[in-house]
Amino acid sequence: MKASLGAFIAATALCATSVAYADTTLTIATVNNGDMVRMQGLTDDFTSKNPGITVKWVTLEENVLRQRVTTDIATKGGQFDILTIGTYEVPIWAKKGWLVPLDKLGSDYDVDDLMPKIRAALSVNGTLFAAPFYAESSMVMYRKDLIAKAGLTMPDSPTWDFIANAARKMTDKSAEVYGICLRGKAGWGENMAFLTAMSNSFGARWFDEKWQPQFNSPEWKKTLEFYVSLMKDAGPPGASSNGFNENLALFDAGKCGMWIDATVAASFVTNPKDSKVADQVGFALAPNTGLGKNANWLWAWSLAVPAGSQKVDAAEKFVSWATSKAYLALVASKEGWANVPPGTRTSLYQNADYLKAAPFAKMTLDSINSADPDHPTVKPVPYVGVQYAAIPEFQGIGTAVGQQFSAALSGDKSIDDALAAAQTATEREMERAGYYKK
Amino acid sequence: MARATSRTRIAVSTAAAWIVGLAIFFPILWMVLASFKTELDAFAIPPKFLFFDWTLENYGVVQKRSDYVLHAYNSIVIAGGATLIALLIAIPAAWAMAFAPTKRTRGTLLWMLSTKMMPPVGVLVPMYLFFRDVGLLDTRAGLIGVLCLGNLPIVIWMLFTYFKEVPKDILEAARMDGATLAKELIFVLAPMSVPGIASTLLLNFILAWNEAFWTLNLSSADAAPLTVFIASYSSPEGLFWAKLSAASTLAIAPILVLGWLSQRQLVRGLTFGAVK
Repeated sequence: MKASLGAFIAATALCATSVAYADTTLTIATVNNGDMVRMQGLTDDFTSKNPGITVKWVTLEENVLRQRVTTDIATKGGQFDILTIGTYEVPIWAKKGWLVPLDKLGSDYDVDDLMPKIRAALSVNGTLFAAPFYAESSMVMYRKDLIAKAGLTMPDSPTWDFIANAARKMTDKSAEVYGICLRGKAGWGENMAFLTAMSNSFGARWFDEKWQPQFNSPEWKKTLEFYVSLMKDAGPPGASSNGFNENLALFDAGKCGMWIDATVAASFVTNPKDSKVADQVGFALAPNTGLGKNANWLWAWSLAVPAGSQKVDAAEKFVSWATSKAYLALVASKEGWANVPPGTRTSLYQNADYLKAAPFAKMTLDSINSADPDHPTVKPVPYVGVQYAAIPEFQGIGTAVGQQFSAALSGDKSIDDALAAAQTATEREMERAGYYKK
Repeated sequence: MARATSRTRIAVSTAAAWIVGLAIFFPILWMVLASFKTELDAFAIPPKFLFFDWTLENYGVVQKRSDYVLHAYNSIVIAGGATLIALLIAIPAAWAMAFAPTKRTRGTLLWMLSTKMMPPVGVLVPMYLFFRDVGLLDTRAGLIGVLCLGNLPIVIWMLFTYFKEVPKDILEAARMDGATLAKELIFVLAPMSVPGIASTLLLNFILAWNEAFWTLNLSSADAAPLTVFIASYSSPEGLFWAKLSAASTLAIAPILVLGWLSQRQLVRGLTFGAVK
């Protein structure tokens, strides 16, 4: 009896070790965006091609996810094997040595097919630290019927003056139609993503070459004055609490003439299941003021492997699978070309089937190509990033400045006061962080 | 005449109570309604109240995408475990403070409460490091420990106030009859404080069920309770209100049923000692 019990225990232990060796479980942290949810649904394709690897998903709201994975990676907690992060985090985290360089993605991965701008944004000194899953820029979405009614034709690359004029003409407040819907809700990823991109087109910048904040410059004043007066004349009421979702709801309900926001919105507003105006939407490049910069941003949700992971090989296999050309073809075969994650691979934009299925494809490509994270604005800057500056302090500063600008939009503060407060707050934070001494 | 007045008064106060009750319940009702709408109807302006195409689609999507049973099981184990352990520690502690106070009792009570005054995010990194080193990250045991300790001050305070209402003489009489300390606690004090203990239990169960900071930050896949389940349906880029509502409805359903069944106890417990 004793012997058989011993044998049983030994057999169980042996079994347990062999199972533990053969089975690798990858824990993947990701955001709740349509393309990511689709990827979760297609996990079986990966696990069937890679027996022995199972996948667990942790899906969280973007801001919760950012806090969660930042805590984990900064403390080397090792809870996740793959992280979904954006172009803002990648350069900061890679420099800290928190990410595994992705140089073993397989011979058929075709890394040169990645869009050059996106690849650059996810690389440090030429080494790729995160693989882009989908990329987005921002552009003008407009109602063809309303602009025709206003007697105007939208050019492919409109100026801000054209946009402002069109917005005022399209506005019919008695019918609750507003010429333009723009972000107003405070936050570094909310109104500041839009306003920073807008300010680039007006020639403004966050910092000069010596890291001095520039909110006292005439360019910022011009940007903010233009934005506030346009929104007063042609924006929806209560715009200072509108973010992406609120504007999407307004646009889908037919209450906005134009909306300047993420290119990913194109698939929502043209989907008749969600949008009342699906067949009336046109697209144009984000506006400019003739200074050579358009008001569009650049962002790529990307997959990265934390340096603390014990399962780097399996994790790299997954990253390679999810960001490969074959994955795009897989999504197309299951859900149609219009649902393929956009913006990451050059070959996708040479695919006739995709161009036919996605009417917004060309504008997305042009928008991504016209954003330059290394030279975001007219004057030189010491930071990388179009709608943000890729420094750890930016989240805090961006949100503080965003609150000032949101107050200027709602009329609680004058434009001059908001700019002065933004300048003081940013100076204080940058000095404290040691970028310069007074 | 007096009768008529009192009838009017009753009618008015009933109506007022209904209005207040409905106003408080309305957000939950709206959420439940939204969970049966299509995404287009969910954000329709003007809002659609009852006349829309009712659909179960959102529940189907939520079921398909995430493991509700696992999350609900985790919630029950974590909230239940944390509450029970807290009660086991708190009953003797509250007894000592209520019936055998020292000159430091008041100070101790205040000090315990003061631990609730610090925002939890202030200790997130040290806690995370500790959890990492002892291997408690993403475990139900770890979350039970954190939530138990987090709620302990409130449990002790609530029980302390209930125990204060129990006449000392009864306990003394039991002691005179030769009851040991354990017997005194189990057979005399506990039965007399059932409403108080029950409402403490329920309130702390709800607090632990709804706790979203530690559960979100210290769990990932295996120990994630329903708070994580809800967070996975919120999105800053995309209108998934109907699906979010369906997920939220599923998340509050168990606790709603529990609250409904025990509302009599809860009301009695919360007003215990208020009327003598």
